[in-house]
Amino acid sequence: MSWELLLVQALNGFQFGVMLFLMAAGLTLVFGIMNLVNLAHGSLYMMGAYFAATFQAWTGSWVAGVALALPASFALGLAIDRVALRTLYDRDHLDQVLATFGLILFFNELARIVWGASPFHMKTPSWLDGHVEIVAGIPYPLYRLAIIGVGIAVATLLFLVISRTRLGMLIRASASNGEMAGALGVDTKILFTFVFGLGAVFAGVAGLMVGPVSAILPGMGEPILILTFVVIVIGGIGSIRGAFVAAVLIGIVDTTGRVFLRTAFKRFLVPEIADTLGPAVASMLIYILMAAILFFRPAGLFPARKG
Amino acid sequence: MVGRARLFSIVVLAALAAVPLYAWAAGDASALDLGIRVMVFALAALSLDLILGFGGMISFGHAAYLGVGAYAVGILSHYGITDGFLHLAVAIATSAVIAFLIGAVCLRTTGVYFIMITLAFAQMLFFLGVSLEKFGGDDGMTIWKPADYHLFTAADRYALYYAVLVLLILGLAASLQLIDSRFGQVLRGAKSNERRMRALGYATYRYKLAAFTLAGAMCGLAGALLANLTGFVAPAYMAWTRSGELLVMVILGGIGSLAGPIVGSAVLLMMEHVLSRVTQHWMLILGPILVLLVLFAKRGIYGWFVREAR
Repeated sequence: MSWELLLVQALNGFQFGVMLFLMAAGLTLVFGIMNLVNLAHGSLYMMGAYFAATFQAWTGSWVAGVALALPASFALGLAIDRVALRTLYDRDHLDQVLATFGLILFFNELARIVWGASPFHMKTPSWLDGHVEIVAGIPYPLYRLAIIGVGIAVATLLFLVISRTRLGMLIRASASNGEMAGALGVDTKILFTFVFGLGAVFAGVAGLMVGPVSAILPGMGEPILILTFVVIVIGGIGSIRGAFVAAVLIGIVDTTGRVFLRTAFKRFLVPEIADTLGPAVASMLIYILMAAILFFRPAGLFPARKG
Repeated sequence: MVGRARLFSIVVLAALAAVPLYAWAAGDASALDLGIRVMVFALAALSLDLILGFGGMISFGHAAYLGVGAYAVGILSHYGITDGFLHLAVAIATSAVIAFLIGAVCLRTTGVYFIMITLAFAQMLFFLGVSLEKFGGDDGMTIWKPADYHLFTAADRYALYYAVLVLLILGLAASLQLIDSRFGQVLRGAKSNERRMRALGYATYRYKLAAFTLAGAMCGLAGALLANLTGFVAPAYMAWTRSGELLVMVILGGIGSLAGPIVGSAVLLMMEHVLSRVTQHWMLILGPILVLLVLFAKRGIYGWFVREAR
């Protein structure tokens, strides 16, 4: 087990974590402010990837594809909010879960009809193709570094907007006490819609960045959605900071666990048992971590304060 | 009008009892399989309704126990053990233990945390199933020898049908007893106001955990029967969409009623059956139906029939 491999895997894990954060940020904001459980967040991730791939095929340009996919994701977010979710704000969580579950079925099937059931591929842009040496002698794919860069940039921007701008102040006010913010003259309806659209864009960015590294196919959003749930439950629902810490934690633990657990087990166990147990435990690792954290901190690592 | 609720249950059970007669008269064996499927999922949905409708616990990972029960049958059969009663006993015991462990962690949380964490644990078991290469991994495994119930085997569809029906009726009767008992009243009390129940001196956590475990065991039984029906087990039984479908069955039929989940199971499975013949893209229709159902018909089918009862 060389330290070069460890470094590369840690970076892969960090990249995965950054993606998870993009998803978790939108979901946790929407939940924190509107008290809405939105399962269809995974569909927004999927549609972001499909939008980018389609627009890139049309325009022949990677940048143009991305530039068109972002407003498309925003518009889709607004449409979903207006058509289906608006009436669910005041309903209980069970209703929200069921209705957005229905939306997932709808979007997955829609993607299957429009783009087909087989994986859709997206090219890495030529200027991001290739490898760089992060440390002498260790090549690392440039595109994955770019994903990390985009993720960190978005996270920083989000922190700044939330903590330093007037818009961020209104968002924080609505999150801690929506009714009071409304009574003081904040147009919460427009704010909600905007935040929902913002969450949709983040999910879309996550989807389109991951497009070239993994296959785009119907239902691609749900595995990541469930991991996102794990992230925001560990981080504390409604907390952006918690989401970031938990996302990176989950990303690194999951990625390195899959690579190293089997080898680690082989030191103590019969190879045959290690081969069975390694992947089994690796696939459960993050859930065990979640259970352990929730056992000691039922409200997550950074519980958001509610007014 | 308590009579109306009882009438509803009797009509539903009578309709189920009559399905084999139809299958026999019309020579339509597939009706028998569909009927067993409906009852198996009815049992699973009923177990979910116990914690959801009466305990207010929104478990989004209930299909996990379906999978645990099915895998208990699959793994025992894999090692050449075909005694059906032993299968059922192991399925119930294993899923009870797993439900107890999962519940012990999940019930420390409430609200949306509970929804997400039950989903996450079900996903954990799903991935465990996928990673068990020895038992078929992702593709699942076929059970070559049907379970042996001494008087009949699982391959005898008519016998299996009535066996499942009897188990469903037993499950209904047990649930009826349970919710009217002191235990059930504490559970319902905790649903409507947990803080007050605690102030009255009830350790609600223990009651909820007991109910969660019991529901898991009942769903494990349904899983074992599902494996008997299909002769096959796969991680797909634990897929998160399956948990979603169980929730839909409960809501569609009528949350907080005992006959409701049975009707919900029947309607959803038949809708799938019919729509999938019309178009392969039936989910495109089912999805919006679900949204509309939640928005406009929350009380479910049971609610339409038994409206006057409240």
